Amino acid sequence: MTPLSQLLPGQFGKLASLNPERGVDQRLMALGLLPGMVLKLIRRAPLGDPLAIEFGGQVVSLRLAEAENLIVDVSADCPIQRPRQP
Amino acid sequence: MSTPDAGLLVALVGNPNTGKSTLFNALTGLRQRVGNYPGVTVARKSGTCDLGDGQKVELVDLPGLYSLAAASPDEQVVIDALSGNIAGDRRPDAVVLVVDSTNLLRNLFLASQVAELGRPVVIVLNQADVAKEQGLRIDTELLSRRLGGVPVVMSSAWKGEGILDVRRAIASAVANQTPMKRVAWPTNIAAALTDVATAAAADTGKPVTEAEGQRLLFDTNPSTADRLGWTLAQRDKTLRSARDRVRNSGYNPMAAEPLVHYAHLRIVLEGVVTEGAGKAGRSAAVDRLLLHRFLGPVLFLGIMLGFFGSVFWLAKFPMEWIQFGVDALKGVVAPQLEAYPMLQSLLADGIIGGVGAFLVFLPQILILFLFIGILEDSGYMARAAFIMDRLFSWCGLNGKSFVPLLSGFACAIPSLLSTRTIEDPKARLATAFVVPFMSCSARFPIYALMCAAFIGPLYGPGWQSVVMIGMHCVGLFFAVPTAFVLTRLVLKVKPHPFVLELPRYQMPKPRDVLWRMWQNAAEFVSKAGTVIFAITIIVWALSYFPRDASVAERIKASNPTAAEEVVKAKVQAAYVEQSYMGRFGKAVQPIFDPLGFDWKITVGVLASFPAREVIVSTLGVTYSVGEGAKADGQHLRKAMQDAKWSEGPRAGAPIFSLAAVLALMVFFALCSQCGPTIATLAQETGGWKWAAGSFVYMTALAWLAGTAVYQVVIRLT
Repeated sequence: MTPLSQLLPGQFGKLASLNPERGVDQRLMALGLLPGMVLKLIRRAPLGDPLAIEFGGQVVSLRLAEAENLIVDVSADCPIQRPRQP
Repeated sequence: MSTPDAGLLVALVGNPNTGKSTLFNALTGLRQRVGNYPGVTVARKSGTCDLGDGQKVELVDLPGLYSLAAASPDEQVVIDALSGNIAGDRRPDAVVLVVDSTNLLRNLFLASQVAELGRPVVIVLNQADVAKEQGLRIDTELLSRRLGGVPVVMSSAWKGEGILDVRRAIASAVANQTPMKRVAWPTNIAAALTDVATAAAADTGKPVTEAEGQRLLFDTNPSTADRLGWTLAQRDKTLRSARDRVRNSGYNPMAAEPLVHYAHLRIVLEGVVTEGAGKAGRSAAVDRLLLHRFLGPVLFLGIMLGFFGSVFWLAKFPMEWIQFGVDALKGVVAPQLEAYPMLQSLLADGIIGGVGAFLVFLPQILILFLFIGILEDSGYMARAAFIMDRLFSWCGLNGKSFVPLLSGFACAIPSLLSTRTIEDPKARLATAFVVPFMSCSARFPIYALMCAAFIGPLYGPGWQSVVMIGMHCVGLFFAVPTAFVLTRLVLKVKPHPFVLELPRYQMPKPRDVLWRMWQNAAEFVSKAGTVIFAITIIVWALSYFPRDASVAERIKASNPTAAEEVVKAKVQAAYVEQSYMGRFGKAVQPIFDPLGFDWKITVGVLASFPAREVIVSTLGVTYSVGEGAKADGQHLRKAMQDAKWSEGPRAGAPIFSLAAVLALMVFFALCSQCGPTIATLAQETGGWKWAAGSFVYMTALAWLAGTAVYQVVIRLT
């Protein structure tokens, strides 16, 4: 179980848990990011924050601090793992 | 404009980046009206739409949103508009849901929420061309059946395809009144919803719809309860037990809504979309370049400098034409009225001059709106926010603050209007508050005059450039701490999470971009124009009256040999000196004395509160070189270089010392001297409170900084 903020660019993970009380998570849920959803960290912004993640055929940006509380399972059966070196 | 038959109202609803506005323009053919929703800064765009059979309806384009959960003013407006809770607006007779064909699941979440309102619905699968390119095939008949028989049509608004189908579908929805199939709530959630709606209706004595009950149960934001007048004391116990009931059935009450809707939609979409061979979108490849760690920021800077550099370059020519036209008009009008000097001055200096001073900025404003439109519609605006967010987040702003702040270097007014793209109300207000600090192009003439007259001749062209660049940074230097203090200590608004979709890149559609540019410019002219016009007339009157003919005679008598031009300039200067404005300037000069301003500069400062660029021509009048003074005019420079204090402790010393020159420039860099900006700020922040605050704060800051500069530099030189 890893915080989303620690994924490497190109790495996939399956969303294990989020905190529905938080405003950010409510926005993400409305976009379809629900527990069990596979997501991919595409890249970090040039200054390291925010992150661009892909899920359900869309690319969404969120801040590092907000990604720390999203827990993903990187060992779940996700598509091929292709982490790039940061 | 034809009026819609039978007063039917149809609402256009959809996620951002679905081509909704393009579809709206295609359906209404630009027969549109733009207004504001009462009490909020959300634009209400509506137009007349022909349904293909001669029947006409009023189509209203609601703001783009992802969910009906009321978190922002935009979202609240959509909920209120769809429920018929907006004063002076009817409940829509049908709702057109605009959906991105390449991402049905996410787009239909909003549709499924809207279905709960029970209105007749049309589903438009827009951007069908892109879906086709990607090899996606959508079974619209199957989707229509699964959604309870509502019309489902495909269109590509960008290419103008399928528009007639959309018109017919609206006609059939209005005629048949078929509602969209609703989600089946699990028993316990359904019971909790009924409890909430019943209790709210009993406590408030108002009817509460099922959709409102959902907002009450699922939203953390209390705006729906507030609107109904359901107090915290009344609702607390009911909501707590209803949410416990949801929790006991295995759902987190804050997650139940998306979980149930998305589960429902996965079943609805089963077998609807088949993926065939197709090209993956190019956006990912473009992003690899434009968001690259090193290349991304370089390209970003290049794009921004290119765009905004050309605002100045492109606007230069029409600005010169407008200036030329205004001067020519004055030249034609003034001689006709030689017999009526007051009317002549009112028309030439007051009305034509005032309108001209305002119109001259229109080219910049148009070009800025054009560029902002291109950046938004292409999808690059979201990337710019992504790249810049880190630089702004620490002081409470966000990446979307960047473009308004950059545009502020051209003109604050379009920048203030462009802050509407910032969803977070806190960041939006803070950005709007600091935009006027950016060194707009109206500050340029005074910097240019001071540098050309004093800095250049005394210290060389190198220092002249340094001072020019430095003056453009002064505002920025104060804006950042201001934003920091404002967002940390003053604004008590809860910040919005910065969740931003990076949409597919798309070629902007010229018609849409030009149309929005025109609408924004028209709004600017009608709103700001009237304010500055009124202020200009007032300032004209203050510097014209009283006008005793004996003043002119005295000047003429004491300069019998001087050339006519010189006498004319002297007469004018004498009139200004004894006008209300001149008397007032002399009276308040002590306030500006710590900045090293004499009464002539003080009059210039006072006269330029409605529009700061007026300073150059006012100095021209008070230093008696005539009002045709230009920043590069030799006469004005000479007159200012020769000006000396005639009395007081500084008698004999030059008025424009290095200290006074720098203080004057710093004062103009920071002072709130723009009528339209104040008016626009009031409009965008929903009241005069912030506009007044901005005026007082900036003016006080300008005085303090100007004083500090003068007092320090005068002791060093």
